[in-house]
Amino acid sequence: MEKLPFERPTIQKISAGIPSKHGISRKLEPLSHIDGLSIKSLINEYGSPLFILSESSIRKTYKEAYRAFSSRYPNVQFAWSYKTNYLNAVCKAFHQEGVWAEVVSGFEYDKAAANGVPGESIIFNGPNKSKEDLRKAIQNSSLIHIDHFDELYEIIHLSREMDERPKVAIRINMDVGVYPKWDRFGFNFENGEAWDALNRIKASKNLDLIGLHTHIGTYMMTTEAYKIAASKLAQLAVSLEKKHGHVIQYIDIGGGFASKNTVRGAYYPGTDTTPSFDDFAEAITSALMSSEIKPDHLPMLILETGRALIDDAGYLAGTVLANKRLSDGRRATIIDTGVNLLFTAFWYEHDIRPIEPISDQMEDTTIYGPLCMNIDVIRGNVMFPLLKKGDHYVVRRVGAYNTTQWMQFINLRPQIVMLDMKGKAHLVRKGETLDTINSQEITPEHLQNFNL
Amino acid sequence: MPNTMPKIRKNIAISESGFVFDPLSGESYSLNPLGLEIIHLIKNGQTYEDLSEALLAKYEVDQETFDRYFYDFVAALKQFNLIEVETDA
Repeated sequence: MEKLPFERPTIQKISAGIPSKHGISRKLEPLSHIDGLSIKSLINEYGSPLFILSESSIRKTYKEAYRAFSSRYPNVQFAWSYKTNYLNAVCKAFHQEGVWAEVVSGFEYDKAAANGVPGESIIFNGPNKSKEDLRKAIQNSSLIHIDHFDELYEIIHLSREMDERPKVAIRINMDVGVYPKWDRFGFNFENGEAWDALNRIKASKNLDLIGLHTHIGTYMMTTEAYKIAASKLAQLAVSLEKKHGHVIQYIDIGGGFASKNTVRGAYYPGTDTTPSFDDFAEAITSALMSSEIKPDHLPMLILETGRALIDDAGYLAGTVLANKRLSDGRRATIIDTGVNLLFTAFWYEHDIRPIEPISDQMEDTTIYGPLCMNIDVIRGNVMFPLLKKGDHYVVRRVGAYNTTQWMQFINLRPQIVMLDMKGKAHLVRKGETLDTINSQEITPEHLQNFNL
Repeated sequence: MPNTMPKIRKNIAISESGFVFDPLSGESYSLNPLGLEIIHLIKNGQTYEDLSEALLAKYEVDQETFDRYFYDFVAALKQFNLIEVETDA
């Protein structure tokens, strides 16, 4: 007699009166392939855990974003936010698409330059630019976005010393009706500081004021805020033309567009609530087009969106280490990815799923990482099929911030592969070894030897 | 392997479709088919050897995997207070 397929015995508490509040299916479909390549074969070849990037997703998402803006506005330019993901392979894929570089440190500036980005296509943002960084940026005609008055005076000083005309914009913070108000970067709009800064730049006569920049926040779920931001920048552009007869070349609206990840505690999943590129584009371009800016003086619109361009292209695949029961009877599954690799687990309810159909039985599960640390929780509460030790999982939408904010902690950082347009895998960052870590250390002579 | 098989509390109502009602707590539960089958075998007073032999013959599963899931299942029953508390006399 043929044996019946085995399904583990389960008992589930029925919570009458608390149905799934969204009526959303609780079944987790497995994700076995990315761009036609089996995740299992990638893990077998490159190890576990493994970051997997999809080049076709990067290019497709970019084209979608560019189309949304360029179909509504005559002059659009994207700049790749290096801090979101500065793997060279990722940056270069964007640069091949015609995207400039947006950097916020000397290190990132050098990385963009080493990638071959021409100086005049590098936007230099952030509060931390050393004198040497500024000197380099001025020499290369990069676009320096001034964050504070100390920096402004430093640049004026350097322009005299170097006998150059630095190309500058100012970063402007403003009230766009969202909480918390971002006012730590740049000059404030409402209290007149931004206008004051612009007047001082004009008075210095040594600087080329070419743009106005703002970045209103991160993970913005409302497009209205961008409309307000674009209108306020347009007001400044109009005032500049009125008072100084000066026409600015671009308005940089920054980034902050939400990706489709679900933020912890959100009522609806991000896939349902995140505005599309078209929504953001409509809000921003309509504000600029309907502003008082003269039609033939419409500035270039620069966008520095990072997260929304790269999140979907990143996957993190790995292996289940163990299962156990917690004191209250809930299941705990331990996986080989910790919060040191998946930094975004602190604020997202990440979409994690098995890579092959395991079981139709789902159980309330806490998913822990492998670190010997209490904070190492990847998902606090998730209806999850019972994966066995050795089974594989994949986390979706991890392309933004994780491979820049990750930490070498307890474990070594793993390999990263990118799947090209034909679905062929390329190793784009080698996994760390003990040598990687030790090569940076210097042990004093008297601590070299010991007897135990 | 357990020395003594767990005992399902007497006043627990279990339907043929796997619906479980605990009149003491007012909670209800649902069993999947194998969960229901195991509860019936336990209630019939089967030893663990007989129970696992019967189920291993019937289902595509090895002893080690079965043991693991059986203990996990019993742990869940215990967690939901569906099992009589053993007192060592």
